[in-house]
Amino acid sequence: MNGSSLLICGARIIDPANGFDGEGFVSVREGRIESCGRLRPGGDFDQTLGAEGRWLMPGLIDLAGRLREPGQSGKGTLRSESRAALAGGITTLVLPPDTRPAIDSPAVLDWLRSRVAELGDFELLPLGALTRGLEGRVLAEMAALSAAGCVGVSQATAPLDDSLLMRRALEYAATLDLSVHIVPMSGALAGNGCAHEGAVATRLGLPAIPVAAETTAMAQWLALAETTGARLHFGRLSSARAATMLIQAQSAGLPVTADVAMHALWLSDADLEGFDPHCHVIPPLREADDREALRHAVASGAIGAICSDHQPHEGDAKTNPFPLTEPGISGLDTLLSLGLGLIDQGVIEPIDLVARLTSGPARILRRASGSLTPGARADFVLLDPQARWDVGPQTLLSRGRNTPFLGRSLRGRVLGTWFSGRRVFER
Amino acid sequence: MSLQVDEHGRLRHLLTIEGLPQALLSEILDTAESLSSVGESTIKKVPLLRGRTVMNLFFEASTRTRTTFELAAKRLSADVLNIQASSSSTTKGETLLDTLATLQAMQVDMFVVRHDASGAAHFFAQHATPGVAILNAGDGRHAHPTQALLDMFTIRRHRPDFGQLKVAIIGDILHSRVARSDIHALRILGAREIRVIGPRTLIPTGIEAMGAAPYHDLDAGLDDVDVVMLLRLQRERMSGYFLASPGEFHRLYGLTQARLDRLKPEALVMHPGPINRGVEIEGDVAYGPRSLILQQVEHGIAVRMAVMAMILGARGSTAAGLRDSAQGADA
Repeated sequence: MNGSSLLICGARIIDPANGFDGEGFVSVREGRIESCGRLRPGGDFDQTLGAEGRWLMPGLIDLAGRLREPGQSGKGTLRSESRAALAGGITTLVLPPDTRPAIDSPAVLDWLRSRVAELGDFELLPLGALTRGLEGRVLAEMAALSAAGCVGVSQATAPLDDSLLMRRALEYAATLDLSVHIVPMSGALAGNGCAHEGAVATRLGLPAIPVAAETTAMAQWLALAETTGARLHFGRLSSARAATMLIQAQSAGLPVTADVAMHALWLSDADLEGFDPHCHVIPPLREADDREALRHAVASGAIGAICSDHQPHEGDAKTNPFPLTEPGISGLDTLLSLGLGLIDQGVIEPIDLVARLTSGPARILRRASGSLTPGARADFVLLDPQARWDVGPQTLLSRGRNTPFLGRSLRGRVLGTWFSGRRVFER
Repeated sequence: MSLQVDEHGRLRHLLTIEGLPQALLSEILDTAESLSSVGESTIKKVPLLRGRTVMNLFFEASTRTRTTFELAAKRLSADVLNIQASSSSTTKGETLLDTLATLQAMQVDMFVVRHDASGAAHFFAQHATPGVAILNAGDGRHAHPTQALLDMFTIRRHRPDFGQLKVAIIGDILHSRVARSDIHALRILGAREIRVIGPRTLIPTGIEAMGAAPYHDLDAGLDDVDVVMLLRLQRERMSGYFLASPGEFHRLYGLTQARLDRLKPEALVMHPGPINRGVEIEGDVAYGPRSLILQQVEHGIAVRMAVMAMILGARGSTAAGLRDSAQGADA
């Protein structure tokens, strides 16, 4: 209950927003963090939880996850996917606007808000559509969307190649101080591609998407951001060249941030062998060198967030020859464990990983969440970092079983997730 | 484990040339050699697939290719069914898997599948009932293994020492399943050099990783080659994004009599057909004395018979066994 108090003792607390990584105590009262530190706080608590050997961190903030409602409840529902999110330690989820209908009017937001209020266990932050219906022809009513609660605007993965419209969209968003979330991809260059343009796609005969589809779009958006002053967030970067462009833009002082999908840090186009439809994603899995560059950019903080890019599908969506399958990986359940795997591989330090999953996305969203700072909403996760689990139909809570990690044994199991001081998931 | 070769090294399906052991590839060609006489007999039939059912399941229209598969199956005494399926069967609410399941229920032994999506044959093989074979008759840009086998069969009849051969493949490599399968086959058989020739718009990135050297100048690419393999240029590629015009392509990459005259006298000219006269090849050259185009068509029947027989007709039998069977029937 919000009114109750809780003391968690002995966990390794990782709170990158406050630069804290060590054993200690976290206390919660009235749904807010009361204290976080090495010393046991005074006072009485309704409940005390011993957590030696566990990790405690802020609730994860996922910058891109599809819940499939409204419009595609056969793939997932707000209930099923939010449950999967909480099981993965995610307490805040940014919803791209490519629902059906798209989030281009307050009416859709009202519907979403009422449904999420019924669930009440996590925070859903919708992005509004950049153009009406995501059709790339007319600007969406961004002011109305902002007033109704959108935290930014986005074209999701819908193509937008009209450079004048791109410019106007940035100007208009900047007028409203809305950040613009872009998955950089030239629709013309991507065409009907379904795989990275390279030796693997050539050998498999798969229609290909060149790196230039990403970088030309990025260059165009950056040039326009320079002249409009709009805040740009690039989502799901996929290539080494894009990471370099991001770093150069940041060095030049542009207000540009970026995220990467967790699967892009693990997989490459080599995983397409055998036409595995679970590896069909957009942007496509690129080469091993790209993956390494993305890993470096994440470790350095140039890419400030790792997201799930969760896209659950029903079985039929992936039961087809590769180019005819729907792109996307179900990623909520595996986000945190794959992150721990990056630590095991020496890619990133624990505190930096947690930063990319909590304080980093919070900073991108300009929100105060993602920390264990006293007074902050008490969203946090307790996990057993050593527990192993097998990714399989029985262990995934998402309705989408479409993950190339099926059958893998992963480390790190969420034991409990708290939202606003309430334990909303328990294993 | 390989999807198309069983634990004993025998063909279960034929989906792609890639990864086939050289011995198996040679065995297919040997078997085709032994079965080629069937077409020359008075009674053009052997009983190797008697009682078996082969279904040509074509999601792309192709009377010519389908006919060669049909004829091959009939010469092996199989019962043959032809299904022209819509590649958008889902418009009727049916998935490809539904289509496969329905047709499998008719106790078909082999599906000869053509589909416009790369990987379609793999998809069918992954979902086929055990014992049901898939023969890839072309999937998207990925593979057309029997075309490559008949090409190798044709080359071998004239130039059996692949290790000496320099081969040039000209045209739309980007969209060509034939080119990909030919490159794999030539590499497996040990060709000395494989070149792909065309404008940059039609040569895919990373083709070198397949073992082919890209050339953008036809004359340089044809220098000292032993085999010239032309590809059909699809009409929709002839203008717009890929090429300025068919005429310009012909000027840059068309095989003309003048270019033919500069080749080695013994160089072979091949084309999977049907040709675009005056685009990738001059009409006179196409059916001139150095062209093997009609031989390729003829050999296609024997090669397809061989593959069908090796997969279905005599699982575990050797090329010699099939040869004996064929000769016995002929006698």
